[in-house]
Amino acid sequence: MSDLNAFRQETRDWLEENCPPAMRVSTKGGDEMCWGGRNYKFASADQQQWMERMGAKGWTAPDWPTEYGGGGLDKAEHKILKEEMLRINARSPLDSFGIWMIGPALLKFGSEALKHQHLPPIIRGEIRWCQGYSEPGAGSDLAGLQSKGEDMGDHFVANGQKVWTSYGDKADWMFCLLRTDSEAKKQMGISLVLFDMETPGVTPKPIKLISGSSPFCETFLDDVRVEKDQVVGEVNQGWTIAKYLLTHEREMIGGMGMIDIGSETLGQIAAKAMGVEYGRMNNPLLRAEVAKWEIDGACFALTAERVTDEVKSGHGVGATSAMLKYYGTELNKRRFETLLKLNGTDAMVWEGEASNEGWLPRTWLRTKGNSIEGGTSEVQLNVIAKNILGLG
Amino acid sequence: MALVLSEEQQMLKESAQGFLAEFAPVAELRKQRDAGSETGYAENLWGQMVEMGWAAILVPESYGGLEFGHVGMGQIIEQTGRTLTASPLFATAILGVTAINAAGSEEQKTELLGAIAGGEITTALAVDETAHHAPTQISMAATKQGTGYSLNGSKRFVADGGTADKLIVAARTSGEAGDMKGISLFVVDRTAAGVEVERTAATDGRNYANITFNNVEVAEAALLGEEGQGYRALNATLDAGNVYLAAELLGISQESFDRTLQYLKERKQFGVLIGSFQGLQHRAADWWSQVELCKSVVLKALQAMDATDTKVPALASIAKAKLSEVAELATNEAIQMHAGIGMTDEYEIGFFIKRARPAQALFGDNSYHTDRFALLSGY
Ligand SMILES: Cc1cc2nc3c(=O)[nH]c(=O)nc-3n(C[C@H](O)[C@H](O)[C@H](O)COP(=O)(O)OP(=O)(O)OC[C@H]3O[C@@H](n4cnc5c(N)ncnc54)[C@H](O)[C@@H]3O)c2cc1C
Ligand SMILES: Cc1cc2nc3c(=O)[nH]c(=O)nc-3n(C[C@H](O)[C@H](O)[C@H](O)COP(=O)(O)OP(=O)(O)OC[C@H]3O[C@@H](n4cnc5c(N)ncnc54)[C@H](O)[C@@H]3O)c2cc1C
Repeated sequence: MSDLNAFRQETRDWLEENCPPAMRVSTKGGDEMCWGGRNYKFASADQQQWMERMGAKGWTAPDWPTEYGGGGLDKAEHKILKEEMLRINARSPLDSFGIWMIGPALLKFGSEALKHQHLPPIIRGEIRWCQGYSEPGAGSDLAGLQSKGEDMGDHFVANGQKVWTSYGDKADWMFCLLRTDSEAKKQMGISLVLFDMETPGVTPKPIKLISGSSPFCETFLDDVRVEKDQVVGEVNQGWTIAKYLLTHEREMIGGMGMIDIGSETLGQIAAKAMGVEYGRMNNPLLRAEVAKWEIDGACFALTAERVTDEVKSGHGVGATSAMLKYYGTELNKRRFETLLKLNGTDAMVWEGEASNEGWLPRTWLRTKGNSIEGGTSEVQLNVIAKNILGLG
Repeated sequence: MALVLSEEQQMLKESAQGFLAEFAPVAELRKQRDAGSETGYAENLWGQMVEMGWAAILVPESYGGLEFGHVGMGQIIEQTGRTLTASPLFATAILGVTAINAAGSEEQKTELLGAIAGGEITTALAVDETAHHAPTQISMAATKQGTGYSLNGSKRFVADGGTADKLIVAARTSGEAGDMKGISLFVVDRTAAGVEVERTAATDGRNYANITFNNVEVAEAALLGEEGQGYRALNATLDAGNVYLAAELLGISQESFDRTLQYLKERKQFGVLIGSFQGLQHRAADWWSQVELCKSVVLKALQAMDATDTKVPALASIAKAKLSEVAELATNEAIQMHAGIGMTDEYEIGFFIKRARPAQALFGDNSYHTDRFALLSGY
């Protein structure tokens, strides 16, 4: 225990010294997050410094092993780090598909060589990754994907089209699912491969969304050379890894999908927006909507906590990632619908400084994708019904 | 504190499960109802519970109790939701103990808590005076008379009010309906002169009563806590009551889910199991997810009571509001998915909805607690 106390003190001191004051202010959504990568334009020198300092310490990936550049923290230490960061309201130094998705998959399934090649630059924020799963004909039914990897002996040649590739135009590398055996049963002939987005034949084209921004692309693959040593796990065994990765993605979207709306609760925002008389907010129907959301939000946060605690204590898993993904994203959507109402016509303003360039309506529209990306709500309900409830 | 049960709490849960399945299953409720039972439970049931120490779980060790805590007691109550078991546990071992412990003098605690732990007396809490929960609206009068008091007024839908030995009565010694100040708690014998008890038959077959007090004279020693300062203890007792009602509703929601899921895997229509229809699968999956949320909030609220956390009032309202909502969903879906057979008295699934509604309404329903939560949150 005293070791942990010492760790807490050291952590506190280190953060105090190294976290720039500007990084102790809440972010307002995606644009202020730090994604890193070869061509990344930092929003400020502070942002860059914060990422680099945390990266050098391995604290962008606190629980990954030190031999790959990670923080090597155990669960208790990791928790302390999180608490101490929260205490000073420190921003996440780096958010990336490398840390959320391909990193954990490499740690579990990758060869030593792949881990040493890819994990350190992820941790330091030097290489940014994108996910090449979905295709025009393969969305919910991901195993129906058709992009091919043809075996040329020492390498594969990839051909096909990916779509909805988030940040495909900004990423440096892609982790990508290819059909490497067209004879085998649907799920059996798929491999997970890694390649540089600068490889000849890789062409990402941005797609404009209803929010007005273009966070994702369709990505064309024309005779792209993929080295054999860049296959994660065994050839034709990619489906298992892809599914593992999806679980991580769901947890991430479900748990962290609660987009930061600043330090005030929905109730506090509501009270300010509508006014309170005799202890009760004006507009009783909206008040009930806010209160019901906060009740569900509290129950959901407690459930995320309980699931973590159950795993830690070896009590087996109660709720699963599918449930957290389903409920968390629906909750986030509901919250933004309420925020919209609380802001009235102000919430419709799309441009201009007063509206922070339409932050609210654009973020509101972005939340609609939460219950689609990483598997739709309907697919999560299917997973619960089949895998947990045993309904065929 | 981690949101999981300790080994001892887990053991208590399992032993409660075993005991209730054997001695007080849903079939027992039917039996009691059909026999027109006054109490709603078999005569020797309470004796067995007392013997196992259940009456003493919340009683402090210094007053002869086990002091095992709310999380433990919550496991038992959750199981009684699965079996729809009526017993004095709620009104006596939870409400009685909490009120006396919160407000009572040393002497009252020594005498009354010891007697409860030993199974010698049962209690009931008499608060509401209309069909809606409104603890500040108490207008029943307690007027000073000599060294004691004279009670006049009436109480509605008092759980165990028809059988309890002692009534814990909230009455007004000053102020008027709406004031928190001026409410006092009294311990009154149910058989005292001027106490008129009228049993109310309810949907759940349990024992409720409307009670009228006509010039009921009580001694000064009947006052629980300080005169006019009873609201705090009353509020704490109601918070506890609501957390346990939420725990019971959790048991009800889970059991009706489990039974319905089983039915989806047995019943065939159109040549296939009805559980293969996606229209039912998605509703079942959503229902299951909602129950997962409920498990977390009930456990948190029980833990918060053990830790005497300042968040207990908010958590109690969150738990009661959420569980009322989900129990409503659960019991309605249970009948709908059983369809025709779910409408029959012969089938047990219909018993769950008939216990859920009074449990939801008692001490404030979903709307009451959503409003209270918002008030506590500053809006
Ligand atoms: C913001 C965002 C970011 C994304 N980022 C990426 C990325 O980086 N990389 C990547 O590879 N992909 C990404 N995706 C793609 C995402 O994974 C797919 O959109 C998703 O899997 C759904 O596929 P689809 O759009 O083809 O819809 P479809 O599968 O065509 O679904 C259409 C509708 O049918 C329903 N449906 C489908 N099957 C069933 C079923 N069996 N039962 C009941 N209902 C069903 C769906 O729920 C949906 O409502 C992203 C998507 C979004 C919105
Ligand atoms: C009050 C009452 C009065 C009645 N009076 C009469 C009467 O006078 N004469 C008479 O002949 N009948 C009568 N009925 C019977 C009534 O028509 C049936 O109960 C009804 O058709 C449903 O059949 P079931 O009860 O066998 O349920 P099931 O068909 O077994 O249904 C069980 C559940 O499965 C669902 N389900 C079934 N098939 C599907 C599907 N393909 N897709 C999705 N979900 C499905 C149902 O919606 C239900 O939730 C009465 C029923 C009631 C409750």
